[in-house]
Amino acid sequence: MTGATTLFEKTWSDHVVVAETADTPAVLYVDLHLIHEVTTPQAFTVLRTEGLSVRRPDLTLATMDHSTPTLPVSSFKDLAIVGESAAKQIVRMEENCRDFGIELFGFDSEHRGIVHVIGPELGATQPGKTIVCGDSHTSTHGAFGALAFGIGTTEVSHVLATQCLLQRKPKTLAINVAGRLPPGVTSKDLILAIIGEIGVDGGTGHVIEFRGAAISALDMEARMTVCNMSIEAGARAGMIAPDDTTFEYLHGRPRSPRGANWDAAVSRWRTLQSDPGVEFDRSVTLDAGNLQPMVTFGTNPGMVIGINDPVPDNTADPSFRKALDYMRVTAGKPLTETAVDVVFVGSCTNSRLSDLRQAADLITGHKVADGVRMLVVPGSQQIKKDAEALGLDRIFVAAGAEWRESGCSMCLGMNGDTVGNGQLSVSTSNRNFEGRQGVGARTILASPLTATASAICGRVADPRAYLQ
Amino acid sequence: MQAINRIRSRTVVLPTKDIDTDQIIPARFLTTTSREGLGDVLFHDLRFAADGTRNDHFVLNTPAAAGCEILVAGNNLGCGSSREHAPWALLDYGIRAVISTEIADIFRNNSLKNGLIPIVVDAQTHEYLLQNAGIELDIDVKSSTLTLPDGKIVEFPIDGFARYCLVEGIDQLGFLQTHMNSIENYEETRSWMP
Ligand code: SF4
Repeated sequence: MTGATTLFEKTWSDHVVVAETADTPAVLYVDLHLIHEVTTPQAFTVLRTEGLSVRRPDLTLATMDHSTPTLPVSSFKDLAIVGESAAKQIVRMEENCRDFGIELFGFDSEHRGIVHVIGPELGATQPGKTIVCGDSHTSTHGAFGALAFGIGTTEVSHVLATQCLLQRKPKTLAINVAGRLPPGVTSKDLILAIIGEIGVDGGTGHVIEFRGAAISALDMEARMTVCNMSIEAGARAGMIAPDDTTFEYLHGRPRSPRGANWDAAVSRWRTLQSDPGVEFDRSVTLDAGNLQPMVTFGTNPGMVIGINDPVPDNTADPSFRKALDYMRVTAGKPLTETAVDVVFVGSCTNSRLSDLRQAADLITGHKVADGVRMLVVPGSQQIKKDAEALGLDRIFVAAGAEWRESGCSMCLGMNGDTVGNGQLSVSTSNRNFEGRQGVGARTILASPLTATASAICGRVADPRAYLQ
Repeated sequence: MQAINRIRSRTVVLPTKDIDTDQIIPARFLTTTSREGLGDVLFHDLRFAADGTRNDHFVLNTPAAAGCEILVAGNNLGCGSSREHAPWALLDYGIRAVISTEIADIFRNNSLKNGLIPIVVDAQTHEYLLQNAGIELDIDVKSSTLTLPDGKIVEFPIDGFARYCLVEGIDQLGFLQTHMNSIENYEETRSWMP
């Protein structure tokens, strides 16, 4: 079929300001620039040195999430709990936003939260937009049919100053997921299985479009979990075509269009589909019906197995052996006998209301096992409020878990929440790299259900045993 | 940015696969607000034990690694976060080029913007480089080639525009700003502008 284009190509061509040539990349317009305290200070320094202003503060959305504490702070003095340099970084973010006229969802804001959680929650994330952020998990926003990707700090300064980026057009990769997820198997398990299948570099240079019956059946929060981790397969971005599920989620949100603008937006959004018969540069097909809960056993998200499967024996490869040594797991054995020290439910992958709900439902009537620390961290202050209205916080606390303010928390060890040296953590976050959750921390990535079941059991556990 | 064309140096080899940005610079060092001094924490948790003592076995800590400006890594380098702190730390430490069979998109982009040369080579050349640590390479950015000690020349792919910016010392922000008129026009003509 000639002239047929993909969802990615439609979104891309809508944003080309200056076309790409053999010698120069395209100038691509950015509709929404998300910023946070860790990857922006040096970019604002560039603006200050060059005497530049922020071109579109109205298209810039700022929050603090990475180095912020999740224990309640009543004043800036309390920020010292995360360390002096982190406190300084937080203060610098306030100054930069104030000086450059950017609205900041800071400590006093009920909208504060993990940057990839609040964009969608506010309705700022919309189909067909280009969205960037100095953070690799910007891919999350692709769940709405946006073209969303992470950029470095130099590029942050480019977007601040010009609202544009220099980009080469990536290739396309279709991941078709047929069937339906079985009970106890979540979108987290699905994306882990996909990364296991194509590898941590399987998507390099590509934008993934997740398609098929299993994807359409997912709600928006589950779709965000899938797109969030497309970067773990090395992909530039992940996208899902918008549909009624998307529109229902966005309707009535603070930054969603209203009235006649809403109707116009929805009719435009409906055109954001890959044309029938369009060819992708590559494609991969999977059946969701065959999946089981997934857990990582190594030190990257591609080292993943079904919950009851044995750890593969690939120990002739020194990098593989090094990963098993670091994790202290044995080839040939499943992980289900492994003792757990910490369980973390949170991060931009799995900290939304539905994630917390699944965890709360599973833990109701159970206790966190002796010697296990379970930390539950909502992705935003709004989610915290909604969860508390449902009484989820009380369920967690009654079971012996900790309930916190929103933030990145234990996803990365830079805000005071860490996993101890040598401790084993079952985490709903997205990276199990060496030291990611703290020096010497050993991380197993899993769904909120598997993480919670492991908290109850004190060992890595199959959640299906707890689902009646 | 300073113009960069040739790098002549011995290699240091870190054969680990999938070296991620958390290994290059752990998250707890990202609380900085400047880009200086990050070389001190490059590969921190590999260079130092938890109690702060130096790990003499780690390749960068060996005497042979001193002064090496070219890092040869195992397959697939730089996956993980978008932190530009990773290339900043490598450059601040004195590494000016990195070589692997695959280099993650964001890391490669960030490297090019800071004058760290990301070089992807074929499996055979890679294997040769892994096996022959410490050999002297001559990297020529303009011709996108590296010359092995035996005179063999290996071409490597590099985006033409990025290469032009490196070789001429062009700042990409300045280039973007020359398109300001087009950007304004685009904003005006797009009816469905958010
Ligand atoms: S929760 Fe983790 S992955 Fe997500 S933005 Fe924060 S640090 Fe990054």
